[in-house]
Amino acid sequence: MTTEKLELFEVFIRSKRGLDHKHVGSLHAEDHAQALEYARDCYTRRSEGVSIWVMKSNDICASQEDDAESFYDPSDDKPYRHATYYVLPDPVNNM
Amino acid sequence: MTPEEQNFMRKINAEEKIEPKDWMPDAYRKNVIRQMSQHAHSEVIGMQPEGNWITRTPSLRRKVVLLSKVQDEAGHGLYLYSACETLGISRAEMIEALQKGTAKYASIFNYPTLTWGDVGAIGWLVDGAAIVNQVSLQRTSYGPYARGMIRICKEESFHQRQGYEALLVLAQGSPEQKQMAQDSLNRFYWPALMMFGPHDSESAHSAKSMEWKIKRETNDDLRQKFIDQTVPQIEFLGLEHPDSAIKWNEERGHYDHGDIDWEEFYSVINGNGHCNRQRIEHHVAAHEEGSWVRDAITAYNNKKNANKIKNVA
Repeated sequence: MTTEKLELFEVFIRSKRGLDHKHVGSLHAEDHAQALEYARDCYTRRSEGVSIWVMKSNDICASQEDDAESFYDPSDDKPYRHATYYVLPDPVNNM
Repeated sequence: MTPEEQNFMRKINAEEKIEPKDWMPDAYRKNVIRQMSQHAHSEVIGMQPEGNWITRTPSLRRKVVLLSKVQDEAGHGLYLYSACETLGISRAEMIEALQKGTAKYASIFNYPTLTWGDVGAIGWLVDGAAIVNQVSLQRTSYGPYARGMIRICKEESFHQRQGYEALLVLAQGSPEQKQMAQDSLNRFYWPALMMFGPHDSESAHSAKSMEWKIKRETNDDLRQKFIDQTVPQIEFLGLEHPDSAIKWNEERGHYDHGDIDWEEFYSVINGNGHCNRQRIEHHVAAHEEGSWVRDAITAYNNKKNANKIKNVA
Protein backbone atom coordinates (compact mmCIF):
# COMPACT_ATOMS: atom_id res chain seq x y z
CA MET A 1 0.00 0.00 0.00
CA THR A 2 1.29 3.43 -0.83
CA THR A 3 0.61 6.44 1.37
CA GLU A 4 0.90 8.81 -1.57
CA LYS A 5 -2.75 8.48 -2.44
CA LEU A 6 -3.88 9.03 1.12
CA GLU A 7 -5.11 12.42 2.18
CA LEU A 8 -3.65 14.57 4.92
CA PHE A 9 -5.86 15.24 7.95
CA GLU A 10 -5.37 17.71 10.80
CA VAL A 11 -6.10 16.47 14.32
CA PHE A 12 -7.58 18.51 17.18
CA ILE A 13 -7.98 17.20 20.71
CA ARG A 14 -10.04 18.39 23.66
CA SER A 15 -7.97 17.42 26.69
CA LYS A 16 -10.76 18.04 29.18
CA ARG A 17 -14.46 18.87 29.05
CA GLY A 18 -14.97 22.60 28.97
CA LEU A 19 -11.70 23.33 27.14
CA ASP A 20 -11.27 24.11 23.44
CA HIS A 21 -10.06 21.52 20.94
CA LYS A 22 -6.39 22.19 20.27
CA HIS A 23 -4.38 21.34 17.21
CA VAL A 24 -1.97 18.51 17.99
CA GLY A 25 -0.69 17.38 14.57
CA SER A 26 -1.67 15.65 11.38
CA LEU A 27 -1.77 12.21 9.75
CA HIS A 28 -2.56 10.39 6.52
CA ALA A 29 -5.79 8.46 6.20
CA GLU A 30 -8.20 7.06 3.65
CA ASP A 31 -11.28 8.87 5.01
CA HIS A 32 -12.66 10.65 8.07
CA ALA A 33 -13.53 7.48 9.97
CA GLN A 34 -10.07 6.05 9.52
CA ALA A 35 -8.47 9.39 10.42
CA LEU A 36 -10.39 9.38 13.68
CA GLU A 37 -9.16 5.89 14.59
CA TYR A 38 -5.58 6.72 13.63
CA ALA A 39 -5.78 9.93 15.64
CA ARG A 40 -6.89 7.92 18.66
CA ASP A 41 -4.05 5.44 18.23
CA CYS A 42 -1.47 8.09 17.45
CA TYR A 43 -2.32 11.10 19.62
CA THR A 44 -4.19 9.75 22.66
CA ARG A 45 -2.09 6.75 23.68
CA ARG A 46 -1.88 8.18 27.20
CA SER A 47 -5.50 9.32 27.47
CA GLU A 48 -4.64 12.85 26.39
CA GLY A 49 -8.18 13.64 25.39
CA VAL A 50 -11.92 13.23 25.78
CA SER A 51 -12.81 14.30 22.24
CA ILE A 52 -11.09 14.31 18.84
CA TRP A 53 -11.81 16.37 15.72
CA VAL A 54 -10.28 15.54 12.34
CA MET A 55 -10.54 17.57 9.16
CA LYS A 56 -8.94 17.43 5.74
CA SER A 57 -5.92 19.72 5.60
CA ASN A 58 -7.02 20.84 2.15
CA ASP A 59 -10.21 22.23 3.64
CA ILE A 60 -8.29 24.73 5.76
CA CYS A 61 -8.12 28.24 4.36
CA ALA A 62 -5.25 30.02 6.11
CA SER A 63 -4.04 33.60 6.22
CA GLN A 64 -0.55 34.17 4.82
CA GLU A 65 2.23 34.92 7.29
CA ASP A 66 3.99 37.00 4.64
CA ASP A 67 1.03 39.36 4.52
CA ALA A 68 0.76 39.58 8.30
CA GLU A 69 1.84 43.21 8.46
CA SER A 70 -0.82 44.61 6.18
CA PHE A 71 -3.38 42.01 7.24
CA TYR A 72 -3.33 43.00 10.91
CA ASP A 73 -2.26 46.62 10.80
CA PRO A 74 -5.81 47.98 11.13
CA SER A 75 -5.65 47.12 14.85
CA ASP A 76 -2.12 48.39 15.49
CA ASP A 77 -3.13 52.01 15.98
CA LYS A 78 -6.15 51.37 18.21
CA PRO A 79 -4.83 51.30 21.79
CA TYR A 80 -8.25 52.47 22.98
CA ARG A 81 -9.54 48.91 22.51
CA HIS A 82 -7.61 47.99 25.67
CA ALA A 83 -8.76 48.60 29.23
CA THR A 84 -5.35 49.95 30.28
CA TYR A 85 -5.80 52.91 27.91
CA TYR A 86 -8.29 54.48 30.35
CA VAL A 87 -6.54 55.93 33.37
CA LEU A 88 -8.86 56.13 36.34
CA PRO A 89 -8.05 57.41 39.85
CA ASP A 90 -7.19 54.72 42.43
CA PRO A 91 -10.45 54.72 44.41
CA VAL A 92 -12.42 53.67 41.30
CA ASN A 93 -9.69 51.87 39.39
CA ASN A 94 -10.95 48.35 40.15
CA MET A 95 -13.51 48.25 37.34
CA MET B 1 -34.11 8.59 35.56
CA THR B 2 -32.92 7.03 32.33
CA PRO B 3 -29.20 6.19 32.03
CA GLU B 4 -28.80 9.24 29.75
CA GLU B 5 -30.35 11.53 32.33
CA GLN B 6 -28.20 10.04 35.05
CA ASN B 7 -25.06 10.59 33.01
CA PHE B 8 -26.12 14.17 32.24
CA MET B 9 -26.77 14.97 35.91
CA ARG B 10 -23.49 13.33 36.92
CA LYS B 11 -21.63 15.76 34.64
CA ILE B 12 -23.60 18.73 35.97
CA ASN B 13 -22.97 17.74 39.58
CA ALA B 14 -19.28 17.14 38.93
CA GLU B 15 -18.94 20.68 37.47
CA GLU B 16 -18.19 19.20 34.05
CA LYS B 17 -19.29 21.13 30.96
CA ILE B 18 -22.01 19.91 28.61
CA GLU B 19 -20.68 19.92 25.03
CA PRO B 20 -22.71 20.22 21.78
CA LYS B 21 -22.84 16.52 20.88
CA ASP B 22 -23.62 15.29 24.41
CA TRP B 23 -27.06 13.99 25.22
CA MET B 24 -29.09 16.61 27.09
CA PRO B 25 -32.72 16.91 28.17
CA ASP B 26 -34.88 18.83 25.69
CA ALA B 27 -35.77 21.34 28.36
CA TYR B 28 -32.06 22.03 29.02
CA ARG B 29 -31.48 22.60 25.31
CA LYS B 30 -34.48 24.94 25.09
CA ASN B 31 -33.45 26.81 28.22
CA VAL B 32 -29.89 27.42 26.99
CA ILE B 33 -31.15 28.45 23.54
CA ARG B 34 -33.57 30.90 25.15
CA GLN B 35 -30.92 32.46 27.38
CA MET B 36 -28.09 32.51 24.82
CA SER B 37 -30.18 33.86 21.93
CA GLN B 38 -31.64 36.52 24.22
CA HIS B 39 -28.08 37.45 25.16
CA ALA B 40 -27.07 37.60 21.47
CA HIS B 41 -30.10 39.76 20.59
CA SER B 42 -29.18 42.14 23.42
CA GLU B 43 -25.68 42.63 22.04
CA VAL B 44 -27.07 43.40 18.58
CA ILE B 45 -29.99 45.65 19.60
CA GLY B 46 -27.65 47.32 22.13
CA MET B 47 -25.74 48.85 19.23
CA GLN B 48 -28.65 51.18 18.45
CA PRO B 49 -28.81 53.51 21.47
CA GLU B 50 -25.05 54.07 21.36
CA GLY B 51 -24.84 54.14 17.58
CA ASN B 52 -27.21 57.09 17.83
CA TRP B 53 -24.27 59.22 19.11
CA ILE B 54 -21.43 58.13 16.82
CA THR B 55 -21.87 61.13 14.51
CA ARG B 56 -22.23 63.58 17.41
CA THR B 57 -19.48 62.73 19.89
CA PRO B 58 -17.79 65.71 21.57
CA SER B 59 -14.36 64.82 20.14
CA LEU B 60 -12.64 62.59 17.61
CA ARG B 61 -11.16 60.53 20.45
CA ARG B 62 -14.63 59.82 21.83
CA LYS B 63 -15.80 58.90 18.34
CA VAL B 64 -13.16 56.22 17.72
CA VAL B 65 -13.73 54.83 21.21
CA LEU B 66 -17.48 54.62 20.67
CA LEU B 67 -17.03 53.06 17.23
CA SER B 68 -14.79 50.41 18.76
CA LYS B 69 -17.27 49.67 21.48
CA VAL B 70 -20.20 49.31 19.08
CA GLN B 71 -18.02 47.11 16.86
CA ASP B 72 -17.32 44.91 19.89
CA GLU B 73 -21.06 44.50 20.53
CA ALA B 74 -21.56 43.28 16.95
CA GLY B 75 -18.72 40.80 17.44
CA HIS B 76 -20.17 39.59 20.73
CA GLY B 77 -23.55 39.06 19.10
CA LEU B 78 -21.81 36.96 16.47
CA TYR B 79 -19.95 34.80 19.03
CA LEU B 80 -23.19 34.14 20.87
CA TYR B 81 -25.30 33.37 17.80
CA SER B 82 -22.61 30.93 16.61
CA ALA B 83 -22.38 29.25 20.02
CA CYS B 84 -26.17 28.98 20.10
CA GLU B 85 -26.22 27.35 16.68
CA THR B 86 -24.28 24.39 18.14
CA LEU B 87 -27.58 23.45 19.81
CA GLY B 88 -29.28 22.88 16.47
CA ILE B 89 -31.14 26.16 15.96
CA SER B 90 -30.38 28.21 12.83
CA ARG B 91 -29.38 31.87 12.70
CA ALA B 92 -32.44 32.60 10.54
CA GLU B 93 -34.79 31.09 13.15
CA MET B 94 -33.25 33.22 15.89
CA ILE B 95 -33.47 36.43 13.85
CA GLU B 96 -37.08 35.66 13.00
CA ALA B 97 -37.93 35.11 16.67
CA LEU B 98 -36.37 38.48 17.53
CA GLN B 99 -38.21 40.32 14.79
CA LYS B 100 -41.55 38.67 15.60
CA GLY B 101 -41.10 39.44 19.28
CA THR B 102 -41.17 35.83 20.50
CA ALA B 103 -37.56 36.20 21.69
CA LYS B 104 -36.60 39.00 24.07
CA TYR B 105 -33.58 41.23 24.46
CA ALA B 106 -32.44 43.26 27.47
CA SER B 107 -35.20 45.78 28.09
CA ILE B 108 -32.67 48.51 28.95
CA PHE B 109 -32.11 49.08 25.25
CA ASN B 110 -35.67 50.31 24.90
CA TYR B 111 -34.67 53.49 26.70
CA PRO B 112 -33.58 56.43 24.52
CA THR B 113 -30.12 58.06 24.62
CA LEU B 114 -31.12 61.71 24.96
CA THR B 115 -27.75 63.26 25.81
CA TRP B 116 -24.03 62.56 25.48
CA GLY B 117 -24.08 61.76 29.20
CA ASP B 118 -26.29 58.76 28.42
CA VAL B 119 -23.50 57.19 26.37
CA GLY B 120 -21.22 57.43 29.41
CA ALA B 121 -23.96 56.05 31.67
CA ILE B 122 -24.53 53.09 29.35
CA GLY B 123 -20.84 52.14 29.36
CA TRP B 124 -20.51 52.54 33.11
CA LEU B 125 -23.86 51.19 34.36
CA VAL B 126 -25.30 49.01 31.60
CA ASP B 127 -22.03 47.35 30.63
CA GLY B 128 -21.10 47.30 34.32
CA ALA B 129 -24.26 45.34 35.14
CA ALA B 130 -23.74 43.09 32.11
CA ILE B 131 -20.18 42.33 33.23
CA VAL B 132 -21.35 41.29 36.73
CA ASN B 133 -23.72 38.86 35.05
CA GLN B 134 -21.20 37.65 32.48
CA VAL B 135 -18.41 37.04 34.97
CA SER B 136 -20.80 34.68 36.72
CA LEU B 137 -21.71 33.02 33.40
CA GLN B 138 -18.07 32.13 32.71
CA ARG B 139 -18.93 29.12 34.90
CA THR B 140 -22.17 28.21 33.11
CA SER B 141 -22.60 24.49 32.39
CA TYR B 142 -22.86 24.73 28.59
CA GLY B 143 -19.28 24.62 27.25
CA PRO B 144 -19.56 26.90 24.18
CA TYR B 145 -21.46 29.52 26.23
CA ALA B 146 -18.85 29.47 29.03
CA ARG B 147 -15.97 29.84 26.57
CA GLY B 148 -17.78 32.66 24.76
CA MET B 149 -18.27 34.47 28.07
CA ILE B 150 -14.57 34.26 28.91
CA ARG B 151 -13.66 35.90 25.61
CA ILE B 152 -16.39 38.52 25.87
CA CYS B 153 -15.46 39.52 29.45
CA LYS B 154 -11.85 39.97 28.41
CA GLU B 155 -12.76 42.20 25.49
CA GLU B 156 -15.38 44.13 27.38
CA SER B 157 -13.18 45.34 30.19
CA PHE B 158 -12.68 48.65 28.38
CA HIS B 159 -16.38 49.33 27.88
CA GLN B 160 -17.14 50.18 31.47
CA ARG B 161 -13.97 52.20 31.96
CA GLN B 162 -14.51 54.42 28.91
CA GLY B 163 -18.07 55.15 30.06
CA TYR B 164 -17.03 56.05 33.58
CA GLU B 165 -14.20 58.19 32.24
CA ALA B 166 -16.64 60.12 30.03
CA LEU B 167 -18.95 60.77 32.98
CA LEU B 168 -16.03 61.74 35.20
CA VAL B 169 -15.10 64.49 32.73
CA LEU B 170 -18.71 65.74 32.74
CA ALA B 171 -18.97 65.55 36.53
CA GLN B 172 -15.83 67.66 36.89
CA GLY B 173 -16.92 70.17 34.23
CA SER B 174 -19.29 73.15 34.27
CA PRO B 175 -22.46 73.08 36.44
CA GLU B 176 -24.46 72.29 33.28
CA GLN B 177 -22.19 69.37 32.42
CA LYS B 178 -22.37 68.05 35.96
CA GLN B 179 -26.16 68.30 35.78
CA MET B 180 -26.09 66.33 32.54
CA ALA B 181 -24.11 63.55 34.26
CA GLN B 182 -26.57 63.55 37.19
CA ASP B 183 -29.54 63.39 34.83
CA SER B 184 -28.06 60.41 32.93
CA LEU B 185 -27.32 58.61 36.19
CA ASN B 186 -30.88 59.23 37.38
CA ARG B 187 -32.41 57.83 34.21
CA PHE B 188 -30.16 54.79 33.78
CA TYR B 189 -29.62 53.66 37.37
CA TRP B 190 -32.97 51.94 37.96
CA PRO B 191 -33.25 50.32 34.52
CA ALA B 192 -29.69 48.98 35.07
CA LEU B 193 -30.88 47.29 38.29
CA MET B 194 -33.77 45.77 36.35
CA MET B 195 -31.32 44.15 33.94
CA PHE B 196 -30.76 41.38 36.49
CA GLY B 197 -34.38 40.32 36.04
CA PRO B 198 -37.24 39.90 38.50
CA HIS B 199 -36.76 38.90 42.13
CA ASP B 200 -35.80 35.24 42.54
CA SER B 201 -39.25 34.47 43.95
CA GLU B 202 -40.87 35.83 40.75
CA SER B 203 -38.44 34.48 38.17
CA ALA B 204 -40.03 31.91 35.86
CA HIS B 205 -36.86 30.15 34.75
CA SER B 206 -34.55 30.60 37.74
CA ALA B 207 -34.96 27.37 39.73
CA LYS B 208 -34.34 24.97 36.87
CA SER B 209 -31.55 27.14 35.45
CA MET B 210 -29.79 27.07 38.81
CA GLU B 211 -30.22 23.30 39.19
CA TRP B 212 -28.71 22.77 35.73
CA LYS B 213 -26.01 25.35 36.46
CA ILE B 214 -26.94 27.38 33.39
CA LYS B 215 -27.19 30.27 35.85
CA ARG B 216 -24.66 30.22 38.68
CA GLU B 217 -25.94 33.02 40.92
CA THR B 218 -29.46 34.28 41.49
CA ASN B 219 -30.83 37.53 40.05
CA ASP B 220 -30.98 39.13 43.49
CA ASP B 221 -27.43 38.13 44.46
CA LEU B 222 -25.99 39.50 41.23
CA ARG B 223 -28.04 42.70 41.58
CA GLN B 224 -26.76 43.17 45.15
CA LYS B 225 -23.18 42.82 43.91
CA PHE B 226 -23.79 45.56 41.35
CA ILE B 227 -25.49 47.86 43.86
CA ASP B 228 -22.57 47.46 46.28
CA GLN B 229 -19.87 48.15 43.71
CA THR B 230 -21.69 51.19 42.28
CA VAL B 231 -22.08 53.19 45.52
CA PRO B 232 -18.42 54.28 45.84
CA GLN B 233 -18.30 55.00 42.09
CA ILE B 234 -21.23 57.42 42.40
CA GLU B 235 -19.62 59.03 45.45
CA PHE B 236 -16.35 59.55 43.59
CA LEU B 237 -18.18 61.34 40.78
CA GLY B 238 -19.62 63.68 43.42
CA LEU B 239 -23.15 62.94 42.22
CA GLU B 240 -26.25 62.30 44.24
CA HIS B 241 -27.32 58.64 44.55
CA PRO B 242 -30.63 58.12 42.71
CA ASP B 243 -31.83 55.79 45.48
CA SER B 244 -32.54 57.85 48.60
CA ALA B 245 -32.94 54.63 50.62
CA ILE B 246 -29.41 53.42 49.95
CA LYS B 247 -27.76 52.60 53.29
CA TRP B 248 -24.88 50.39 54.44
CA ASN B 249 -26.07 47.43 56.48
CA GLU B 250 -23.25 46.30 58.75
CA GLU B 251 -24.95 43.05 59.65
CA ARG B 252 -25.53 41.92 56.06
CA GLY B 253 -22.28 43.38 54.78
CA HIS B 254 -24.26 44.90 51.90
CA TYR B 255 -26.12 48.09 51.03
CA ASP B 256 -29.85 48.13 51.69
CA HIS B 257 -31.77 49.73 48.86
CA GLY B 258 -35.17 51.06 47.85
CA ASP B 259 -37.85 49.19 45.92
CA ILE B 260 -37.59 48.72 42.20
CA ASP B 261 -40.57 49.81 40.10
CA TRP B 262 -41.51 46.40 38.69
CA GLU B 263 -44.53 47.81 36.93
CA GLU B 264 -42.17 49.81 34.73
CA PHE B 265 -40.05 46.69 34.16
CA TYR B 266 -42.97 44.57 32.92
CA SER B 267 -44.43 47.42 30.92
CA VAL B 268 -41.14 47.92 29.02
CA ILE B 269 -40.63 44.16 28.54
CA ASN B 270 -44.13 43.86 27.14
CA GLY B 271 -43.47 46.41 24.44
CA ASN B 272 -44.35 49.75 25.99
CA GLY B 273 -40.90 51.28 26.51
CA HIS B 274 -39.97 54.46 24.69
CA CYS B 275 -38.16 52.73 21.82
CA ASN B 276 -39.41 49.12 21.54
CA ARG B 277 -41.04 49.56 18.14
CA GLN B 278 -38.24 51.74 16.80
CA ARG B 279 -35.57 49.17 17.78
CA ILE B 280 -37.26 46.28 15.97
CA GLU B 281 -38.25 48.39 12.96
CA HIS B 282 -34.65 49.49 12.59
CA HIS B 283 -33.43 45.88 12.87
CA VAL B 284 -35.90 44.70 10.21
CA ALA B 285 -34.97 47.60 7.90
CA ALA B 286 -31.22 46.93 8.26
CA HIS B 287 -31.79 43.22 7.65
CA GLU B 288 -33.84 43.90 4.49
CA GLU B 289 -31.45 46.53 3.19
CA GLY B 290 -28.67 43.98 3.50
CA SER B 291 -30.51 41.30 1.53
CA TRP B 292 -28.76 42.25 -1.76
CA VAL B 293 -25.43 41.21 -0.20
CA ARG B 294 -26.81 37.80 0.73
CA ASP B 295 -28.40 37.44 -2.71
CA ALA B 296 -25.11 38.33 -4.41
CA ILE B 297 -23.21 35.72 -2.37
CA THR B 298 -25.75 33.05 -3.32
CA ALA B 299 -25.66 34.03 -7.00
CA TYR B 300 -21.85 33.98 -6.99
CA ASN B 301 -21.74 30.55 -5.37
CA ASN B 302 -24.28 29.16 -7.85
CA LYS B 303 -22.24 30.48 -10.75
CA LYS B 304 -18.99 29.08 -9.33
CA ASN B 305 -20.54 25.65 -8.78
CA ALA B 306 -22.04 25.65 -12.27
CA ASN B 307 -18.59 26.39 -13.72
CA LYS B 308 -17.06 23.58 -11.69
CA ILE B 309 -19.59 21.08 -13.02
CA LYS B 310 -18.99 22.33 -16.59
CA ASN B 311 -15.23 21.96 -16.20
CA VAL B 312 -15.55 18.44 -14.81
CA ALA B 313 -17.80 17.47 -17.71
